[in-house]
Amino acid sequence: MNRSPSAPAPRSAFSRKAGRRLRERAVEAALFLAAFSSVAITAAIVSVLLVESAVFFREVPLSSFLTDTQWTPLFSDAHFGILPLVSATLVVAGIACVAAIPIGTLIAVWLSEYAPSMARETLKPALEMLSAVPTVVYGYFALLFVTPLLQAVVPDLPGFNMLSAGLVIGLMIIPYVSSVSEDAMKAVPMHLREASYALGATRLQTSFRVVLPAAFSGVASAFILGFSRAVGETMVVAIAAGMQPNLTFDPRQPAETITAYIVQVSLGDLPHGSVGYQTIFAAGLTLMSMTLVFNIAGHFLRRRFREVY
Amino acid sequence: MNEALRRRLRRAKAFDKAFGVMGLLLTAAAIVCLGALLWDLAKDGLAIIDLSFLSSFPSRNAGKAGILSAWVGSLLVLFVTACSAVPLGVAAGVYLEEYAPKNKLTTLIEINIANLAGVPSIVYGLLALGVFVYRLGLGPSVQTAGLTLALLILPMVIITTREAIRAIPQSIREAAYAVGATKWQVTRDHVVPYSMGGIITGVIIGLSRAFGETAPLITVGALTFIAFLPPAPVTPAAPFVNFDWLRSPFTVLPIQMFNWVSRPQAAFHLNAAAAGLVLMGLALSMNAVGIAVRYRHRKRIRW
Repeated sequence: MNRSPSAPAPRSAFSRKAGRRLRERAVEAALFLAAFSSVAITAAIVSVLLVESAVFFREVPLSSFLTDTQWTPLFSDAHFGILPLVSATLVVAGIACVAAIPIGTLIAVWLSEYAPSMARETLKPALEMLSAVPTVVYGYFALLFVTPLLQAVVPDLPGFNMLSAGLVIGLMIIPYVSSVSEDAMKAVPMHLREASYALGATRLQTSFRVVLPAAFSGVASAFILGFSRAVGETMVVAIAAGMQPNLTFDPRQPAETITAYIVQVSLGDLPHGSVGYQTIFAAGLTLMSMTLVFNIAGHFLRRRFREVY
Repeated sequence: MNEALRRRLRRAKAFDKAFGVMGLLLTAAAIVCLGALLWDLAKDGLAIIDLSFLSSFPSRNAGKAGILSAWVGSLLVLFVTACSAVPLGVAAGVYLEEYAPKNKLTTLIEINIANLAGVPSIVYGLLALGVFVYRLGLGPSVQTAGLTLALLILPMVIITTREAIRAIPQSIREAAYAVGATKWQVTRDHVVPYSMGGIITGVIIGLSRAFGETAPLITVGALTFIAFLPPAPVTPAAPFVNFDWLRSPFTVLPIQMFNWVSRPQAAFHLNAAAAGLVLMGLALSMNAVGIAVRYRHRKRIRW
């Protein structure tokens, strides 16, 4: 029966059915449009980055963008080499991963294989709070807590440096690495563990020689996705890593990442359309391509571990 | 059993025990870092937070500065975000779970959503700058900021909606179809209401992320020094509502904090700590509410 009270009573069954079908169609179309908006957003991102950075690449040849070792777009002697920004981005993300991957993996093994369910139920949400902290707060923490702490250990550490920013980003992505890895380990079927126990292996041996290798592609995808997240992190580096481009792989140095550069220009007052301003779209395009490669690799690996069992 | 083997077994068991302890310590250490973060903020910021800090505008004088324009801005921006991301995200989630045929187009949409969830937040800022600020001419306003953050949390809302819907057993749908309900009636009267707990959790956690997000709003050109409030949304005279606030320039709490932390004077760092404390308190309690909603909902419904 038609639920709507406003429907006229003498309407034939045929037209009621037709009206109902029409409404169903309309609803489905509306819902489809909502879902399709994600494709539109992706298309918009790609086209904005391409169109706006086209203005930049008309002035600066791609070869010098990729090979010049200086990034000084705001100086009168302008150089547009993305390498210093890319190197800083990779160093910071690398430090974050060196910190987060071992810790995150060990926590994941412990949560998945060792923790009693009570402990898991309470510790896991607490751990996930780490990723709920606003990133600007992490920036404050890196600049005013971690850096002074590191300065006591590392002599002559400048106030802005990549080390403390990287370590704090590492802290931030630990819950991410551990929860994706844990999901992968949880998906390993119990009979593999039982076979290992039957041979007399301890829980530790089973965890690291059976479960972890069996969940390898899932764990690897956690690493890659964690790295990609560290690459895209903005506020921590903008606050704590300094804002001058610096082509170096020494983590004690200050340097500017791609994301920090975009923030720096956005805070300034360059007019839209000037080459200096359009650099942020070229930088954004570089950033987007880097994370895209990692994300695709990560999703590919994650899909694989789901299909194995 | 020979002695060597026994020793090896003892050692393996000792390692096993040791790892059990180490894992706990490591997990605890990560959580202790969160505690250190809170303590570090509280030690500098707690003394600053009072009524006048909440009700003053930012100022060049660190002692007199407050976060009034920042928290009002955050509230308005989040309102716009919620109004745009929630209907769109829930509708998309419903479509993908209940309606979508298994074809290439659906796969394309799914891949897109997974990919959007991994796009760095600052890229959304560039998107908003290119589309909302320049193409549509909305300027660096409350509506631009709200829509930017809506795009940012959209994948999250879609993914959690889908997870919530997936947990509903097929038998519920079949029972409704059996008494003659159409697909939309099944969806509207059964599927969506029953998955509300999960959806609300996802929305709250998404909004808490939007609340703490800074980078994309800096990119669209949020001002850091705002010593006025947007026009009030409710007016005493007819028509009682006023949408001018949508076009007003704005600042939000994280940007205010960023502004203070990036100044060299230590007095402003104290303000930053206080703003950070407010920010973290709100973000973490939003998360806690989200988790509590999910927990309660899960307890109430037994399939």
